[in-house]
Amino acid sequence: MDIEQLDPTPEDYAFRDEVRRFYDQNLTDEHRRAALLTTWALAEFEYGRSWQKILYARGWGAPNWPVEYGGAGWSPKQRLIWEMESQRARPPEIMRMGKNLVAPCIMTFGTDEQKAYFLPRIISGEDWWAQGYSEPGAGSDLASLQLQATSDGDDYILNGSKIWTTFAQFANRIFCLVRTAKMQKKQEGITFLLIDMDSPGIELRPIYTIAGEHEFNQVFFTDVRVPKSRRLGEENAGWSVARHLLLYEHSAGLLRMVTELRWRVRWLNELVGLEADGYGGSLRDDPDFSRRLSLLEIAVEAADFAAAQLIADAKPGAPPDATGELLNIRNRETAQALTELGAEAVGYYGAPDQRGARKVVTDVPVVGPPHVLLPMPFYLAQRANTIAGGTPEIHRNNVAKHLLGL
Amino acid sequence: MDFDLSDTQKALYSSVRRFFETEAPPSRLLKIYDRDEGLDRDLWRKSADLGLAGLIVPEEHGGAGLELLDLAVVTDAMGYCAAPGPLLGHALVGMALSLGGSEEQKARWLPRLASGEVVASLAISEHGERWQPDQWTAVATAGRLTASKKNVLFAADADLFLVGLAGGGLALVEQGAPGLTVREVDGIDRTRRLGALGFVDTPCELLPEGLAVAERIRDAALVLLAADAYGGAHRSVELMTNYANERVQFGRTIGHFQGVKHQIADAAAEVEPARQLVWYAAYTFDHRPDEAPRLAALAKAHLTDRYVNTTRTMVLLHGGIGYTWEFHCQFWLKRAMFDRTFLGSPSVHRERAAAMADWQIN
Repeated sequence: MDIEQLDPTPEDYAFRDEVRRFYDQNLTDEHRRAALLTTWALAEFEYGRSWQKILYARGWGAPNWPVEYGGAGWSPKQRLIWEMESQRARPPEIMRMGKNLVAPCIMTFGTDEQKAYFLPRIISGEDWWAQGYSEPGAGSDLASLQLQATSDGDDYILNGSKIWTTFAQFANRIFCLVRTAKMQKKQEGITFLLIDMDSPGIELRPIYTIAGEHEFNQVFFTDVRVPKSRRLGEENAGWSVARHLLLYEHSAGLLRMVTELRWRVRWLNELVGLEADGYGGSLRDDPDFSRRLSLLEIAVEAADFAAAQLIADAKPGAPPDATGELLNIRNRETAQALTELGAEAVGYYGAPDQRGARKVVTDVPVVGPPHVLLPMPFYLAQRANTIAGGTPEIHRNNVAKHLLGL
Repeated sequence: MDFDLSDTQKALYSSVRRFFETEAPPSRLLKIYDRDEGLDRDLWRKSADLGLAGLIVPEEHGGAGLELLDLAVVTDAMGYCAAPGPLLGHALVGMALSLGGSEEQKARWLPRLASGEVVASLAISEHGERWQPDQWTAVATAGRLTASKKNVLFAADADLFLVGLAGGGLALVEQGAPGLTVREVDGIDRTRRLGALGFVDTPCELLPEGLAVAERIRDAALVLLAADAYGGAHRSVELMTNYANERVQFGRTIGHFQGVKHQIADAAAEVEPARQLVWYAAYTFDHRPDEAPRLAALAKAHLTDRYVNTTRTMVLLHGGIGYTWEFHCQFWLKRAMFDRTFLGSPSVHRERAAAMADWQIN
């Protein structure tokens, strides 16, 4: 998308310039490099955190929130311009679980005390949240979760574990779905809790990804006390909070994802000009490769317009349309296909393990020219794109049921 | 007419598979992934005792004198196990010596290659995705070589290198030769360690028949990569099937769901019919040499592509656990990337196959 496609007014241009100036003045080289090196969900934590603090200081900590909680009160067009400029600047990806996921649920289901306590800490970047949903036996079948919360006076006592908790090693809070009762339907008897990570009895086990990165954890709870005042919504009604959050999870960052895809198409285009075809020419001379890249570029163009429409239609604080889930099925597959072409493009440069060189601050040189550093880590990391946040099979079931009425 | 393997070949497959399942199970592979210590000499010696190092070395030089099909059967079993080790390059150097070496070179090297005492490796890849004999640029003048080569299997551990030269010539260089430098590279597929070689005025020894042999070696290598890919893809289908029969969600094993079982059936339909292509490509190498180059190209292009796709599906169907370092899916996912890249991409070989078929493509 381009601002010219929005029938821009002089005020729109002025807003665009203001946003662009903000990025130019505040996004450091380290932030940019952290964004560049992000192969899966999140940038190196320190850079995401410092960027959120900069956003907050400017009053743009959570522009899409309702104004009463610190939102920027932008028009749909301004939100699109913001996204376009963000695409252009590429800030590091921050931990979204607080700002984009739990915050809208706190706004909808939280008590006044909870809103007053948690929301300011999220928008300022003081609090970082992890998401405690999946368990070893409850992945796609999330509602079968088992983490026990036993009532004890004003507290719950928690025993069990959560798994695939991204960046829990950096979070100071975690929201969890826990089992408070055994009822006929497994969706009943689930409660949503807001938990401090430093509660006694919480332990982390790091889980390294296929790319060799510490992104996930298993979080163990042993007799962990959580005050009932930290319950979001009613006891045994946590599933409705979870459903609400899942709506945001499907749509959160949809446009950001498309803009990221668009960036990757450009990046791949540059790459094929730099990669050799074995006969002294470049990969660009290979029509087979070019056609495959074109197909993906078309998919990204289409997704871009569709996502822009969703953003333009969205109201601050209102849950997103289920169409987001539909778009995400394609986008995630497109994202993976782009990484597959990237890995193919760099050929034997995909063979070295370059984890050491892929840090914001590092002395380890890249094996090969600079452009070969990322394609293979992207390929490996993006395997998660059709696992995390629900498999394509689950999303297809949801779309069939909720959107198509099958 | 018989398209099946012989009973001897089937027995060979089973014994090699059993050997690596015992000696290099996933727990051992994970140790190699956690801490790569280069060539596992104990495993190499044991596999050499099994006869693998000299499988296709002629009997008069201490080998078993078998054919490429037999080696492909072994490679299939090793692909199944994601077996670590330098056999691919080692066997090809032995083949090059058998086909193009002088009697003196054969007598000097082949018995020690066959016994596994000497580990050999192939140094053909050059900067700029140059893998094929007609792309090699290294030049040896008066027995001296100044060049660089990449993607050399177990470069730090090999004792003998066979280097590809401009025009398709082949030359032997010994580890430790003057002017030879070895740079090891941490690889993503840690079962087949790679390194780069630099030669500065390094003494080398030409194979008298190198030129005629280079393309044969390349074709044999393509067949072996295809065999490894078949073995790994076959294993991947088994692994996802097993997992789908184990993992319970929504009160039943996930293999009950059509969305899952159809993906596994698709993977099987992609992989299993390709087995005969590998066998036939290997068979033609020794029995129908006119057909062999094109079939080798087809097999490599097709199987390594199938392998990459199948491992992706395998990781997806395992969910979170499939995406972790500690779980075994990664061994095959990464091996598939190696097989696809090594000796040139599937596109390169599809194009070669099309050209050899003499189709009018421009």
